[in-house]
Amino acid sequence: MKSKIDKVIEQYPASVFKNRKEHVLLRNADKPEPQTITANTRTIPGIITNRGCCYAGCKGVVLGPLRDALIITHGPIGCGYYTWGTRRNKGKTKGDEQNYLNYCFSTDLQEGDIVFGGEKKLRKAITEAVEIFQPKTVMICSTCPVGLIGDDINAVANWASKEYGIKVLAFSCEGYKGVSQSGGHHIANNGLIKHIIGTGDKVVGKYSLNILGEYNIGGDGWELERILKKIGYEIVSMMTGDGTVEDLKSAHKADLNVIQCHRSINYIGEMLNTKYGTDWIKVNFIGVKSTIKSLRDIAKYFDDADLTARTEAVIAEELSDISEKMDQYKRLCQGKTAALFVGGSRAHHYQHLLRDLGIETILAGYEFAHRDDYEGREVLPTIKEDGDSKNIESIEVKPDPEHYKITLSKERYEKLKDEISLNYYAGMMKDMANGSIVIDDLNHYETEELLKILKPDLFCSGIKDKYISHKAGIFSKQLHSYDYSGPYAGFRGAVNFARDITMGLTTPSWKFVTPPWKTEPMIEGSYVGR
Amino acid sequence: MLDLTPREYSKRSALTVNPAKTCQPVGAMYAALGIHKCLPHSHGSQGCCAYHRKFLTRNFRDPVMASTSSFTEGASVFGGGTNLKTAIKNVFSIYNPDIIAIHTTCLSETIGDDIPAFVATAQVPEGKLVIHANTPSYQGSHVTGFSNMVKAMVKYLAANSKTPNEKINILPGFVNPGDMREIKRIMKAFGQEYIMLPDTSGVLDAPMTGKYEMYPKGGTTVDEIIDSGNSMATVALGSFASSEAAYELEKKCKVPGKVLKTPIGIKATDDLLMAISKLTGKPIPAELEEERGQVVDIMVDCHYHYHGKKVAIFGDPDLVIALTEFTLSLGMIPKYVLTGTPGDAFEREVKFMLEEAGIDGKVKALGDLFALHQWIKQEPVDLIMGTTYGKYIARAEDIPFARIGFPILDRSVHSYLPIVGYKGAMRIIEMISNTLLDRQDRDAADEDLELIL
Repeated sequence: MKSKIDKVIEQYPASVFKNRKEHVLLRNADKPEPQTITANTRTIPGIITNRGCCYAGCKGVVLGPLRDALIITHGPIGCGYYTWGTRRNKGKTKGDEQNYLNYCFSTDLQEGDIVFGGEKKLRKAITEAVEIFQPKTVMICSTCPVGLIGDDINAVANWASKEYGIKVLAFSCEGYKGVSQSGGHHIANNGLIKHIIGTGDKVVGKYSLNILGEYNIGGDGWELERILKKIGYEIVSMMTGDGTVEDLKSAHKADLNVIQCHRSINYIGEMLNTKYGTDWIKVNFIGVKSTIKSLRDIAKYFDDADLTARTEAVIAEELSDISEKMDQYKRLCQGKTAALFVGGSRAHHYQHLLRDLGIETILAGYEFAHRDDYEGREVLPTIKEDGDSKNIESIEVKPDPEHYKITLSKERYEKLKDEISLNYYAGMMKDMANGSIVIDDLNHYETEELLKILKPDLFCSGIKDKYISHKAGIFSKQLHSYDYSGPYAGFRGAVNFARDITMGLTTPSWKFVTPPWKTEPMIEGSYVGR
Repeated sequence: MLDLTPREYSKRSALTVNPAKTCQPVGAMYAALGIHKCLPHSHGSQGCCAYHRKFLTRNFRDPVMASTSSFTEGASVFGGGTNLKTAIKNVFSIYNPDIIAIHTTCLSETIGDDIPAFVATAQVPEGKLVIHANTPSYQGSHVTGFSNMVKAMVKYLAANSKTPNEKINILPGFVNPGDMREIKRIMKAFGQEYIMLPDTSGVLDAPMTGKYEMYPKGGTTVDEIIDSGNSMATVALGSFASSEAAYELEKKCKVPGKVLKTPIGIKATDDLLMAISKLTGKPIPAELEEERGQVVDIMVDCHYHYHGKKVAIFGDPDLVIALTEFTLSLGMIPKYVLTGTPGDAFEREVKFMLEEAGIDGKVKALGDLFALHQWIKQEPVDLIMGTTYGKYIARAEDIPFARIGFPILDRSVHSYLPIVGYKGAMRIIEMISNTLLDRQDRDAADEDLELIL
């Protein structure tokens, strides 16, 4: 296999080869030294990449799903337009709350604004937004040219905040910052910690959680909510799927943070830990076994006999609802292979769900991950900062004198640390079988070549390479948008996923790809002269 | 749904809400895909390229390839020359296109990158080409970007070699591959040779064969684009998307150009057929006349399905202008007509049509869907026609909705089926009629549900 990968990347020009070979590895757990991979570095110009930009990470991923924030994209029209309803962050209006999910706000900068500055237009836009919508929170997200012309969006935000007595937050998430959408996640996280979290005083009950890095795509968050509430947890806030600024304000009151997508939000998890003492655990609600493990891990944290019993009862109940169906789908999927290239945690999480179905993952990679997402957080101290990562603001938080609290005793913490992923994420790689391929920032050329070589039965990726795979005769499932299905999280979600995968693999349409005249003899003989 | 939109019309000068247009580069990328063996290249940060590929892929459900200069902060400060040169080198050696079509983004435009100067010092292999269009996102819309890229193709490549080719250049405008196929069918019926520029058919509606081809069979070849300078005439369909390239061909290669409406509906299709006939001296093909008769037959037979119904139309200017003309000819009342693309000509042309028909309607260029929604809240319509984004308004106000234009992200097959020509007219009538009839059935009381309508 190693030689096959080499063959693919050896086709590159020398400089590209030198760069790309650091981003690819063949999993080998038997080596004495842990394996390392290069990630979170610049995309090579000209390479057809799937990566997005800083703005996509900030507005598109993290802030966009907040229902009650009126987010103005400050810039020309495109960026706002492309993040309008395109990430499937489901959200339900509650009571008389404001819901901006189906709206797209932009300053639609014109040439004159670029020449003379866009601040005036931004102020006017906020004024108009306030007059028409009376929002409680306005967020400003800036795009590439805004950073270049030097509009001071922070000053505008301060002005608007005083003028209208509402929260107005500025996010300098210009597309060129950092090397992928990851920089934007970080910027959004910083803004939420600095200005929102910690400003609320909601009274929170027993067993309270924040769910971090869950964007409610296809209703995933709702499935988690259903299960967790059934066990008896209170969900203080969801970050940020179907989330609200209003709920986020009191996030510091929760007992525990559970992190679903590590890459997009580990910063908040960590800052909440430093500032308020709240621990976080890494969970994975994609897959039946992993959902069960995550539920048990959360229960272990609280160490309460009733809660543990409730957890086991719910697990048993949910399992009895889905087992028959899962077995049925497993019979059809067993033995197939998959390649995954998706997001910041999904390429890891979905391996578990596929494993539940007997599907082996032979290649997995992330689009915008950092080394810790592959290798585990223990490598954090060894990651060298480069110029691009230094351009992303990193904020220092201190323990909050009023709200800092320690939940676990030192002894208990030490004991629990060995049992569950407490303030720790082990990364994707350790979970992968020897001989499988790990590849960072998989690009078009590598996708095309590796699909040819590996011939997986299933390629899980995003919309940009979905049809490449189909044209090559390999079923592709989008794991960003789920091909407009879902939820895929939790117990019921696992069944939905199993159903959809089985459907895609077994659809009779595949039988028609090759026309019959290409395989059957077409010359019909007849006797002459009868 | 859209519960926060007040009925009272809000005058705004700075805030765009729910836009009816997007930025230039996505249009330029689409146009570039219509050249055979071309790789579009986005010169800016990589998010733009990702967004544009995503949108085109979602609309066509086919692979959309494009590379990017992948700017980071350094390139934004020091200029994108190094990135572009590296990109050109890598693109040719890894993906081996015949031609790279570069478009700029608002980032590279703002820092003032001089693309031709960069390309001049880049390593372009023998026989390979690089063209470019300036497509600042802070001007015009995706239609402007399309127009700029088609103009760039002519500017860089078209040449008059004094060897007339007896062909007609067809600039189809920002329409679907299915529409381009239909226009080609019309030309074939005439028995007239043509050069279509650009031509995304065969690229964005490529067949499934079990083998992925990075450069499918379709697209206008570079040789054809060069040869377009020798054609007898240019027929530009849709003034917003196609007239610039037609003027450029006239200026550069002395090929006379004629700008017509996008051939949507009877009259615009008649105009196209007559123009071809006059230019070539060839009679109108009987099979097309037969189709025309079928459309008129359908129009008379079905008129009571839609006659007198009020319709709101929004989308790209060329398409909306033609669609307004067609709905008027069906006896409908285009009450609100809106495009996101700026252009006084749009407002003038549509207003004139409405005035002639004695219709008191509202017309707006550079408008957004928030304004359209507020108009509808003040006085509702019977039908909305436009891109996928209209579905929010349609649901909020419970109004039947027919999807037409770019983008349509939530339905499939549309890009294969033409809306231009007589065949397209049939399809649009079917769309309008059946959407309204489905609604009538849905709303009917049990005793009123009719088997025959």
